[in-house]
Amino acid sequence: MGRNRCCWLNWWTELALIERVERKISGYAAGSLLTVADLPVAEIAAILAETDRIERMAAEDRVRMLAGRRIALLFYESSTRTRTSFELAAKSLGAITTLVSDKSSSIEKGESLKDTGLTLRALGAECIVLRHANSGAPYLLAKATGLSVLNAGDGMHEHPSQALLDLRTILARLPGVDGGRIDATTFAGVTVVITGDILHSRVARSNTLLLPKLGARVLLCGPPGLLPEDALGLSSNDDTGNVEIERDFNKALKQAQVVMMLRIQRERLAGLELDLGDYISRYQLSEERLAAYAPKALVMHPGPMIRGLEIAGEVADGPNSAVEDQVRHGLAVRKSLLVRALGAGGFESVTV
Amino acid sequence: MSDILILNGRLVDPASGVDGERDLLLRDGRVAAVEVPGGLKEVMAKETGSQIIDAARMVVAPGLVDVHVHLREPGQTYKESIATGTAAAAAGGFTTVVAMPNTVPVNDSVAGLEWMLNAARGAVVKLFAMPAATFGSMGEEITDFHKLRRAGAVGFTDDGKPVLHDRVMREALVAAASIGAPVSQHAEDTRLTGGCSMNSGPVAFRLGLRGMTVQAEARIVERDIRLLRDIERHDGLRPHLHVQHVSTAKAMSLIREAKAEGLHVTCEVAPHHFTLTDEAVGDYDTNAKMNPPLRNDADRLAMIAGLMDGTVDCIATDHAPHALFEKEQEFERAPNGITGLETALGLALRVLHKGQGMTISRVMELMSAQPAGIVSLEERGTLRVGSFGDVVVFDPAAEWSFDAKRSRSKSKNTPFDGGTMVGKVMATICEGRVVYRG
Repeated sequence: MGRNRCCWLNWWTELALIERVERKISGYAAGSLLTVADLPVAEIAAILAETDRIERMAAEDRVRMLAGRRIALLFYESSTRTRTSFELAAKSLGAITTLVSDKSSSIEKGESLKDTGLTLRALGAECIVLRHANSGAPYLLAKATGLSVLNAGDGMHEHPSQALLDLRTILARLPGVDGGRIDATTFAGVTVVITGDILHSRVARSNTLLLPKLGARVLLCGPPGLLPEDALGLSSNDDTGNVEIERDFNKALKQAQVVMMLRIQRERLAGLELDLGDYISRYQLSEERLAAYAPKALVMHPGPMIRGLEIAGEVADGPNSAVEDQVRHGLAVRKSLLVRALGAGGFESVTV
Repeated sequence: MSDILILNGRLVDPASGVDGERDLLLRDGRVAAVEVPGGLKEVMAKETGSQIIDAARMVVAPGLVDVHVHLREPGQTYKESIATGTAAAAAGGFTTVVAMPNTVPVNDSVAGLEWMLNAARGAVVKLFAMPAATFGSMGEEITDFHKLRRAGAVGFTDDGKPVLHDRVMREALVAAASIGAPVSQHAEDTRLTGGCSMNSGPVAFRLGLRGMTVQAEARIVERDIRLLRDIERHDGLRPHLHVQHVSTAKAMSLIREAKAEGLHVTCEVAPHHFTLTDEAVGDYDTNAKMNPPLRNDADRLAMIAGLMDGTVDCIATDHAPHALFEKEQEFERAPNGITGLETALGLALRVLHKGQGMTISRVMELMSAQPAGIVSLEERGTLRVGSFGDVVVFDPAAEWSFDAKRSRSKSKNTPFDGGTMVGKVMATICEGRVVYRG
C-alpha cells in the first residue's frame, strides 16, 4: 500500500514536472496573459475563434468546460466590469472561483504579493486573475507562483482583456471588416482614434499595442500633459499598422472609423494641473463634434465614464455608441481567456 | 607581518607614471621597493619567510578605491555588514571604500562615525566614511563638519537624498571649503521625481511607470555649480563639489563647462550607467532599479564620452545591497540600488578597455589614483615607495561570468548575474595583508 502510494506520488510529480516544463514560455506559465505586446496574430485569432465557439455552445456544455477547476480573483483595486465579468465568465464555464480583495484579506496586514500568490496556489488555485495598482505586478505573481496569471489591469501598464474585447467589438460593429479573417491586414485602412488621458491609461496602452498588429492605424489624441511624445514608444516595427499623435481632436475625428474615449484619471494625476473647462472644450466627444467630424464613427469607452466630461451623455447613449456591446464582449472574451489559461477547450494542445 | 614579493607582473601605477614590468616588495604594510625584474634578488636571497606572488601575465596596480558604497551597518545588517561589504570589496579588487551615511541611525555624529570606523566592525579593507551633511540627512541643519573631520570624515553627503535648499547647500559648501573636504551631492530634484521608479522615456511609458526626467538631475547640478561660483566670488573660498553617480548627458555637459570655467567640481560615474540602458528593466526586473535610474543609450554614451575625455574623475559603484524579499516586490515598491563591488573592475575593463580602447593605466587612474585624490587620501591610490601596501593583482585577459550566488556580499541584487566580465582579480592586498585570493 505504502509502496503503491509512493509510486503514485512519483508518477504524479513527474507528470506535473513535464507539464510545467512544457507550459512555460520565458519563465511564465503558458496561458498567462500579462501583456498583449507578445501575442502573435495567430494567437489573437485563436482566442477570438475560441470565444466564438464558446458563445455558440449550449449552456449545459459550456458549464462542463472548466467544471471543478479553481480560479482565484485577486483584486487590489476596485473594479465593477472586469471583476464581475471574469467571475461570471468563470462560473458559466463551471469553474470554482474565490475572490480575494486587498480590503478583506491578509494583504491589509502587510502580506506580500508573492506570499498571497503562494497561499492561493497552496489552496489549489490553478489560475489567478490579478487587478493591481502597480504596473508589472502580474509578472511578479506569475514568476513567483508559476501559475497562469491573467492581467486584469496593472497600474498604468496594460489591460489585455479589455483590448481583446475592444477588438471583438470593433470586428462585430465596424462595417466592411471581415470578422472571420484575422490577420495582419484585417484592419487595413482603419483609423482608431484614442482620446484623453493616455498617460495614465492601461486601456490605451493595450489597444495601441494590439490593434496595429491587425493593420490598424492608431491615432492618439490629447494634450501634452496627458499624452507625452514618449507614447510613440508603443509602436512596434513588426506591426503592419502604426501609431501617431494628433493633438487636434477635430482633425483626428475626421479620419476616424473608431473613436475610443478615456476617463481623466483624477486619482493618478499626481500634481498635474488640468483646466477641466478647457479640456472639455477641446477634447469632449459632444454630439455636435461627432456630427460635424465623424458622424459614422463607432464610439467606444472602456468605462467608467464620466458623462459630461470626456463624453456627452447623449453620445454615450446614442446610435454610434458601442459601450454596452463592449461589456457583453468582455464577458465572452474572458471566458475564452480562462479556458486558455487552464489549457482547456480549443487550447488543450497548445504548448507554446 | 611578513614581506610580500610580487614578481614578474606588469606594474600599472598612473600616479607615478609607471606601466611596465616591475617587481614589488611590500614590507610593514608599505611599498618598500619597486624594481625592474631581477632587481629584488638581494632581498629574495636574504628573506626566506616572505610570501611570493607570481604575477606573470598579470597587472599589478594600486588597490582600487571606491568613494561611494553602502555598507548598511548600523541598522540594516540583514542587507550587508561592514565585514561582508568590505569582503565583497576585497573580492572586487578594492582596498579602500568610503561608506555613505544613510544607515539607521544616519551617521551624523562623531560617536556614530567613530563607531563605524572602529576596528571591532571587522572591516577587511580600509574603511573611510562620509558622514551626513545635515542632521538626519533631513536637509535642514548642517552637521558639525569640523568635529567630524577631526574624527576622520573624508567628505559630507546626504546621499540617497539631495541637499535641496539653496541656503543649506551653500552653508555646507562653505563649511566644507574651510576644512578642505568635498560636499558629495546626490543630484536629484526630488520635487520632480515623486512616484517615479525609472528613467523617463518611451520605455517607462510602455511599462506604465512614472519616469525621472533628465531635468531632475540637471537642475541640482546646475544649482550647485551656481553656488560654487557665488561662493568663490563672495566668500573668497574654493569649495569642492563632488557630483555623485552622474547619469545624464545634460548633467555631464554642465560639469564639463564648470570644469572649463575653473570651478572645483569632480564627479563619478557608476559602472551600470556606462554599461546598461533603461531597456534592461525588461519585465520589471527590480535588479535594474536604482537611483539615478538607467538612462537611454545617448546618456550611456555620454557617460563613456565623459570617462574618455577626462570630465569624469572616477568610477564609483554605489554598491547598494538589498535583501531578496525587498527586491521581490512590485517594481514601484522595491527599493533602489544594486550591488557593485565585485563587478566594477570586470565591467570597466569590458566596456571601457576592451570596448572603447581605454588604456588599462587610464582605467586604473579612474579607479584608484583619482578617487583617492577626491577624498584626499594620502599615500593611497599609488604604488610609490613609502605608500600603503594596497595592491590589486588581476589577469587582464581573463573573461569570466559573474555568479551572484558566489558573491561575498550578503545581498545578490545585481543585474549582472551571469554577465560577462573582463579581468579577474587574483589577489587583493590591503596595507600589506592579503585580503583576497582568487
